Parts: sequence; C-alpha cells; structure tokens
Amino acid sequence: MAKQLIKGNEAVAEAAIRAGLQAYFGYPITPQTELLEWMAKRMPELGRAFVQAESELGAINMVYGAACTGARVMTSTSSPGTSLMMEGISYIAGTELPIVLVDVMRGGPGLGNIAPAQADYNQMVHGGGHGDYFPIVLAPSSVQESIDLTVLAFDLAEKYRAVTIVLTDGNIGQMMEPAELPEMKPLKKDFPDWAVAGIKGRERRVLTSINLEPRLQEQTNMRLIKRWQEVTANEVRFKTYFSEDAEWLVTGFGSAGRVALSAVRQARAEGIRVGLIRPVTLSPFPVKIYQELAAKAKGLLVVEMNTGQMLADVSLAVAGQLPVGFYGRVGGITPFPDEIVTEIHRMVNEPMQPGEDARVRWLSHLETAR
Amino acid sequence: MVNPIPQQPVYTRPAIFTETPNTFCPGCTHGVGIRLVAEVLEEMNVTDHTIGVASVGCSVFAYNFFDFDFVQAPHGRAPAMATGVKRALPDRIVFTYQGDGDLASIGMGEIVAASVRGENITVIFVNNTNYGMTGGQMAPTTLPGQITTSSPNGRDVETMGYPIRTAELLATNTGSSYVVRRSLHDPKNIRLAKKAIRTAFETQAHGLGFSLVELLSTCPTNWGYTPNEALTWLEEHMLPYYPLGDFKVAPAVAELKV
Repeated sequence: MAKQLIKGNEAVAEAAIRAGLQAYFGYPITPQTELLEWMAKRMPELGRAFVQAESELGAINMVYGAACTGARVMTSTSSPGTSLMMEGISYIAGTELPIVLVDVMRGGPGLGNIAPAQADYNQMVHGGGHGDYFPIVLAPSSVQESIDLTVLAFDLAEKYRAVTIVLTDGNIGQMMEPAELPEMKPLKKDFPDWAVAGIKGRERRVLTSINLEPRLQEQTNMRLIKRWQEVTANEVRFKTYFSEDAEWLVTGFGSAGRVALSAVRQARAEGIRVGLIRPVTLSPFPVKIYQELAAKAKGLLVVEMNTGQMLADVSLAVAGQLPVGFYGRVGGITPFPDEIVTEIHRMVNEPMQPGEDARVRWLSHLETAR
Repeated sequence: MVNPIPQQPVYTRPAIFTETPNTFCPGCTHGVGIRLVAEVLEEMNVTDHTIGVASVGCSVFAYNFFDFDFVQAPHGRAPAMATGVKRALPDRIVFTYQGDGDLASIGMGEIVAASVRGENITVIFVNNTNYGMTGGQMAPTTLPGQITTSSPNGRDVETMGYPIRTAELLATNTGSSYVVRRSLHDPKNIRLAKKAIRTAFETQAHGLGFSLVELLSTCPTNWGYTPNEALTWLEEHMLPYYPLGDFKVAPAVAELKV
C-alpha cells in the first residue's frame, strides 16, 4: 500500500478494520471522536457490528459481551471515558478475554481539558480497575506507529487472552502524517475453544469473572500472573536512539518521547553524548534496556506530559545505578524541544546530588523559570 | 385381575436443567421463573443456539441451572453485554435474567438504552421489591412503607421517593416491541407468565426487537414471611401498585401465534 496523508484517530480506526475488527462499540469524547465517526461509516458498509453506546459503561460492556463470542472487538475513548470503563476492564481481565482499548489521552483529572496529556499512565499501566490483573499497554509516537501497534494489539490480545491498550494522546490522535495502512485481512471464521456461541455439538461454556471459592480464585490469579510472565519474557518492545556511546540518557514515551528525540538530536549537534530510550510497551515495561544503558551513563532524564508517573517505573528499573531527573509539562501542554534541551544542559552541568528528589528539583526549576 | 392404573407423568424436570440443585430460599418464586424460561426454550427447541446473560444478585446463579452457554455481566450491565453478544452473533437467541436492584437501579441506563435501540434481545425481569442477595435492602421497587434493612422504619416516600414501575416506563419507548407484567403467586398467573415468556422469546426469534417480561416474585426470607404468607402479601400489596398487563405489544408481535 502507498503512503497517504491520514489523521491519527482515523488511521487507528482503519488499521483496526483492516486487522479484522468484527465489532466496535464506542461513545463520543474529544479528542477521540473521529475514531468513532470513522467506525460509524465504515463498519456498517462492511457488514460488521457498530453501536454508539449510551455511555462508556455501555460501550465497554458491549465489548465484554462481543468478546465472549471470540470476535475481534474494540472500543476507543479518552481519559474521562477510561475511568468509566475501568469496571468493565476488570471484569474482562477476570474473564480472560481478548479486547483492544484505544485511549486518546487528554488533560485531567476530572473533566480537565481536551488538549494532549499523558496523565493516564498509572491508570493504564498499573491497572485502574479493581483486582489483580495485567494489561498490555502499547504507546505509539506517530501516526504510522499508531497503525502498526493497533494491528499488533489484536494479535497480542488474542495470543494472551489479555486486555490490550493502545495508549495515544490528543497530539497523535489529531495530527495528520503520511502513513501506510496494511492490506485488508479477511475476517476470522473460527471460534476459539473457549468462546460462547451455542452448545450445538459440545458441552456448555460459562464465561464469568466470579469465583466464590477462594481456592478457584487463587488458581485464576495464578494463571493470570503466569501468563503475564510469558508476556514479560516475550513481548517487551522499545526504541533506542544514539544509545551506542551515550553518557547521558533521556527517556519518554509517545508524544513526549518524540519531542525528546528532537531535543536529543539538537544536543548531539552541540556535541553532548546523549541517547534516548523510548518504551513502546509501557506494560510490560522494558526494564532491561534501562539497566544496560544506565550502567554506562552518568545521568537519566525522564520527560513526560504528567507530573512524573513513568518516573517511578524508570527509577525502579535503574535501581539507583545513576541519578534520575524529571521534566514534565502538564494540564494539556506539550513541551517544546528547547525546554528539554535546557534540561539536558542542566543534567550535564548541574548533576543531581545524592538523595535529591527529582520532582522537587523539577518544581524548583519551574519556579525559577517564572 | 385388576388392570394397573395407567401412569402419566404430570411433572418432569426440564432436560436443559443441569444437575445443580436449586439454590434459592424455600418458597422463593425465582425458581419458578427459571423453570418457566427453561420450559419455553425447550419447547421452542432453541437451546443449542441460546446464550444467557446472568446478572448480579440472587439471579446471579442462573448460569448454574441452564445446560447451555452463559456469560456473567457486571451489576446492571446485562443488557449492554447482551447487546455485544447479539450484535456479534445476530442469529443466536440472547436473553438476560435480572432482578429489580440490578435492572431498575444500577442498570437503569443500560436497560432503557437497550429498549430505545430496539435491541433484539429478551429480558426476564424478576421484581421482588428488595435486594435479596445482600440481605433485603430497599430497592427502587420497594413499596411505600415497606420495611427493609435499609428502610428500617418503612420506605418514607418523602425522602426515599416512590417505587418505579419499570414495565410501564419501558413501554413508552418506541423501540420496545413487547413489554408486559405477570406474577408468579398462583398457578393461573404462572401459566400466564409462561405464555408471556414464550411470546417474548418468539418476538426475538422473529426479529421483532426488544422484549421484556416483568415477573412479580416473592422473597419470603427477607420479607420475613412464610412462603404462603409471602404469596398472599404479593397478591395484596404488590398487585395494586404493580398492575398486571400488557403495556406494549407492537402490531407485528400481536400477530404472533403462541
């Protein structure tokens, strides 16, 4: 397929359709709505299921029902909508069903605003719904990567019977870029051996997240954690840039990772040996690459569009091997490369003191800047 | 020699029941509702392509009793989940089995929306005027003055409002094709309830849209009555507030021969 100029949200929708999406259920919310609108037009013309639900609660439970039939299903929303979906996500995880959820993040908490943010990191990566479960979380930083990761999301969801989240934001959802869409895949015809479809020729199946007997619930929990270990062993994905000889490191995901790359290029042009780690799977988190590169570096700067959520996972990964600093813009503001270049200079010229708190340092710099 | 008396079974267990013993309290009419659904689906010969959607509350155990495919919804969300199943597999029979706390309180959004869409599913709605599973708290259906564990002095309509008449409310939606109320308190009404359940499933089987049968049911344990007293209480107190009747029968449904 040739490259075409396409909007992030619409690219995700079309990629899902071409990956064999059989049913879509959603609810309008900015900055995600183009995705729903694309589905509203395309799914019925292809004879596939589309429902604009009464709420995000309705949408996620329609997804739950359709997933029980073994169909390829998805929903999409933005931050406030994900909060409403958390109940369903927990049930779906407990029932061990494959689904894809696209979260086009916006500023929060509460209604916040409709500008791009990355403040749902903790909610998505560390659960959000109740109980012990592990979602796969993929973080694209371009329209092309949104397409590729959406296709991958369906395969991973089905392979591991896992909730798989494409965590994008208002920048990537709303921007137009040249990108290549995949070929249209035929819809799958076989039902998995756990799906409900009617008992013709077989024993009945019951799909539920209930286990009143604690021993059975423990078995479910153990099955989930063991499956998660497989995911962790096989599905870690990340990108590194200029990392070969890096003395200093920057890391960020999605939009923030992309802006950070511009900053790293600029710093390289100035002669600073700085490299970038951009995690593609936020969950499972690419712990090893941080440990490997941290062993050869003098400092690491975490850049996010939140107040330091991935910061905790990065700090845990490097386990004190090197000082970890932080720079964030919040409330729906995307940082400019220049701001990050300034922070790279600061990391190099004013190294963090042992025991210095990354957030305290960040806030004091923000104050000074004002 | 005296001829042996010819034997004719007057009561058999529906073949689509599992071996799981009934777990409802003695005298509770939930078991009657479950049985009527089993009889109807068996008579329609559709159980090999039926998918049930269980809800939360006493009705949660529905999936234990039917020997066909079932899924289990979060509290109140059964109509949304059933929508997902039905849209993915439009040629299957899909039904929810929900109580009044589940359907008329936490799940009011989902049931109204499913009805508005004219979703081609069947809803069996068991109204026993309280939250049975959690020990008898006030539900939206609890009658004025009725004592429950969370309305210990009786439901005071000044602060707790009036009970909701679900069937009447849903009947106002153009999307509803068949919405009726029946009762399970005596044999005659049980037979009428069965006929209504059959009509509801036939509505779906003919692709005629949303169908719901509200079944007035007893809860002797939480009401604090013997099974017989509970049947009388239903008749004397519930029937006046919740009149039995057909609140919506679309013309195409009226033509069905049941």
